[in-house]
Order: sequence, then C-alpha cells, then structure tokens
Amino acid sequence: MRHATLRQLCDGLSAGKFSSVEVTQAFLNKINELNSTLNCFISVDAARSLAQAQAADALRAAGKAQPLTGVPIAQKDIFCTQGWLTTCGSKMLSNFVSPYDAHVVERFNTAGVVNLGKTNMDEFAMGSSNETSFYGPVRNPWDRDRVPGGSSGGSAAAVAARLAPAATGTDTGGSIRQPAALTGICGLKPTYGVVSRYGMIAFASSLDQGGPMARTADDLGLMLNVMAGFDARDSTSLQRDTEDYTRDLTKPLAGLRIGLPKEFFAAGASADVARAVESAIAEYRKLGCDIVEVSLPNMGLSVPVYYVLAPAEASSNLSRFDGVRYGHRAAEYSDLTDMYEKSRAEGFGAEVKRRILIGAYVLSHGYYDAYYIRAQKLRRLIAQDFTEAFKKCDVIMGPTSPSTAFKIGEKSGDPVQMYLSDIYTIAVNLAGLPGMSIPCGFDSGGLPVGLQIIGNYFSEAHMLNVAHQYQQATDWHTRAPAGIT
Amino acid sequence: MSLTLDDVKRVAHLARIAISDNEAQATHTQLTGIFELIAQMEAVDVSAIAPMSHAQDVVQRLRADVVTEHNLREPFQAVAPQVDAGLYLVPQVLD
Repeated sequence: MRHATLRQLCDGLSAGKFSSVEVTQAFLNKINELNSTLNCFISVDAARSLAQAQAADALRAAGKAQPLTGVPIAQKDIFCTQGWLTTCGSKMLSNFVSPYDAHVVERFNTAGVVNLGKTNMDEFAMGSSNETSFYGPVRNPWDRDRVPGGSSGGSAAAVAARLAPAATGTDTGGSIRQPAALTGICGLKPTYGVVSRYGMIAFASSLDQGGPMARTADDLGLMLNVMAGFDARDSTSLQRDTEDYTRDLTKPLAGLRIGLPKEFFAAGASADVARAVESAIAEYRKLGCDIVEVSLPNMGLSVPVYYVLAPAEASSNLSRFDGVRYGHRAAEYSDLTDMYEKSRAEGFGAEVKRRILIGAYVLSHGYYDAYYIRAQKLRRLIAQDFTEAFKKCDVIMGPTSPSTAFKIGEKSGDPVQMYLSDIYTIAVNLAGLPGMSIPCGFDSGGLPVGLQIIGNYFSEAHMLNVAHQYQQATDWHTRAPAGIT
Repeated sequence: MSLTLDDVKRVAHLARIAISDNEAQATHTQLTGIFELIAQMEAVDVSAIAPMSHAQDVVQRLRADVVTEHNLREPFQAVAPQVDAGLYLVPQVLD
C-alpha cells in the first residue's frame, strides 16, 4: 500500500479495497520506524491523523467523498496548522502552536485529506540542503550521508522513502524543484499567485509559492487541484477559473517545441547530470517533439539578483519575530531593545541572520538604489528573456540542479557555493513562471538526477502533460531507494 | 562599495540582532564573499529599465469597506510569551 501512487490510493479507497484508517496507519507505522534515522518529520501526531482518517472514512460511507478524501499526505512545517506545532524549522517558533490554518491546509481539510505530520525544512525556508533546520539535517533516503536538498527537504525525503504518497512544499528560489531532483521525486512550483500564501510563513513574498511534491506527474495534478484557488486574504492571489490540472495528461506530444537554453548547458552542470538530461531530451525526440535552441542571456545574473531581493524581503518579513506576540523570548534582558536583540539573536540560526543582515544592508540609506532598485531592474531583464524564449518554444527544459545530492557538511561552511546550487531554478521564481522537476536518471553513484521543465504562465496542466507522457515511456519515477520496503 | 566591520555592527543593530565582536568578524568575512557575488550586477547598464516588483503586473484588488476580521485575541494571545489582562507585556519603555 505504501508504494501505491496517490491516484492508486484514491482508486483503492473509492473501490473499498482499504479504509483511510488502514492507509494512514500503514504510513504512520513506517514513519515511526524510519523517522529517527531520516529526520523527515518535525512533528507527528498519530492520534490526530487517525481521527482525520476516521472522519474521512465516515464521509465516504455517507457518500460525501471528494476525489482525495481519505488519502494521507505530509505538510511542510511552513504551513500554519491549527492546534499543531508549526515551527518553520526554527528555534524562534519551536513553541508555536498555530491558532489558525493556512489556506492550503484549509483546502486539504475541506477535501478530507489526512495530515500525516509536519515535515522538516531549512530554517524559514532559507537553504538548499535542509542543514539549516533547528531540528537537524534530513538524510537523503538514497544515501544517508547526503543531503536531500532544500528547503523542502523533509517533504522530498518523506515521499522518496514512501513515508507519504505526496507532500506540500514551497519554492522561493528552487525549494520544491531542487529537493525533488536530489531525492528522485516530482515537484511543481506553480505560477506565482496560483496557490495562496495565506498562513504560509513568509520568506520573500514576491517569490514564495506553495506547490505539490509526489512521485508522478498525475499525482502532482491531483494535489494541485486541491491546493490552487483564489483567496482574498492573499493580496497576490490570482482570481481565475477553476482548472482540472489533470485534464491534459493523455494528450500526445507530437509537434511540441522544447527550448533548450544554451546557457543551461554552459553553466557547469556535472557530466552525469548533463548526460541524464540529454538522454531525457532524446526520449522526448522519440515522442515526436522538436528541439529548438533558445537563449536566456541574463540567467547568470539571477543568483546575484536573488540574493539582494530575497534577503531584502526576508529582513522585512522576519521583523515580525520580536519576542512579543509569539515565538522565542530571551530569558534575561535589560530593556526593550535588549529584549528584541537577544530574542532574535537566540531564536534565529546563522543562515537566517546572515540573510536578514544582507537585506537590512541593501535596504539601508545610501544603498537602496545601488542594490535593491538595480536588482529589481535586472529582474525585469531576466523575466523578459523568458518572454522572448517562449516565442520560439512551448516549454523549456534543462537540469534542475548542477549536481546530484552532495554530502552533509560539504557546502555548509561556504554560503556562496550553497547559493550557486540553485543556479537553474532561481530565474523561474524571479519571472514568476511555473517550473517542475521530474526524475530522469541516475549518476554513476546511483543518485537521482532531475529534469527541469519550465512552462509559460498558467501552463501547469500542459507541463504535467509533458511530464506524464515521459513517465509513460520511462520508469525512472518508479525507482525506490535501496532498502526502502 | 566594500562592506566594513562597522557596517555589519550597524546593520545588526538596525535589524535588532545582538552580535558579539567575534560573530561580527566571522559574519563580515562571509558577507564580503556574498557581496562579491552580488557585485556581478554592476556589469549591466540598467538606466533604461523600469524596476519590476512583482511577477504579474496586476492591479491591486479593492474590497468593500466592511469589517472582515473577527476578534481572535484569546487564541492569538495564548501563544504569546507574556500577556496580562489582554495586553502584551514588554519591559517598561517610559519612566
């Protein structure tokens, strides 16, 4: 049962082959067995999950089931969940039991979906390895000495280890796609504004976007059907007609124009990654797709631009953590300023502090134009590159990450090296485009490689079609890490 | 524009994060590396480009001027470090 896809679980529940309580218990048992080594979950509340499962079974018995009623999923610990510890991977929120639900959590609750627990993540989603979590690193199920990527590393590792059939993630600069690639699963970052950010603890508000992580493109569509939707409480939520993101899965791909940005292949992907991606492109040719070269000339600027804009927004967003209304407060202080300074110094980890300081500096008097405004101007150039590229192609493909999973500790002492691991993903967030990663092979050490698919605005259903057709012709997405039974 | 150790201390105070001299020194070294990366932005002439603040150039929504939030003081204050009689307590600011 734990190796079934979300779609298969939905079908099994609907055919009465098993109950939600049985499915939920099977996953909880395995979480109980493996979480002490993998560290995917920050909090698990079996009684609560099982109560949700019982309620889902009752809904089904009453004939009121929706498509996903009774399936269990994991929630990234960035989504506020009422009555549940919601830490965002930080000591600052290590005592924060959320008084309300995020929009995404509300939608899963309404759909009758069971929450298996809250997954580990880089602190405040700032990281590419899950090593900045206050709750310790997550281990990659493919090699437990290696990182699962980040920031949605707990969600990715949980899905890869079959501890959950699907999970939620968030992606500010690659935090869904890069961990999906490094753990051999699928992840989709929707168009900015498709999934509400209400109750999703903010890092960089103009870039943050929630999205699904699962093992097949089909399952991503099922998840996105629940997650997407207008929400008046997020001022950037887009008011659009409801879509079925699985509607185009079976369309043939003949004639699809795939753009390969020449900069993606010049930007230093490892030989194994380049080889796996090229094989995937060859497979798409066999499916009748046309390959065209495109150019994203300003892609190289995306990392520097991101490390001005994201920290600037973070320094503003994280000013709310002051030890007054919620979160950590220092035990001893002399006055109000001292209380703020000590509470924040104790509550935030090194990477979060580093980014707050960068942000405060680039926004400070005398530097605002040179850094922040300049970065916003370059952001427009980067977005325009994609507009030009999409005149010549329907989707863009390339690597998700320049390397496969690296060793725990390998890059944690060098922030710049860590930042460069998001070189292929960041531009997509700056442009607000949808992007996804699907498994497309392995390196010589048996570690998974991800293929990135970037679509035009609101083309998620089409991208899922492109991914699904590849998954009908290949079986990379069905591989499980050794020892995962 | 190179970042000085004093800049690090000044910015830490602006961001209300206590920082020791040793931490400031280590932070200065790391931030210098990051700002070398950021300096790549200077290679492009941006004089004719308009800043882009958001991915979609949509107009801010308006809504009717009616109360939409209900009172959640009790659940919100239940997670506060220190409250009394419905008030958040902080160290005394005025003598």
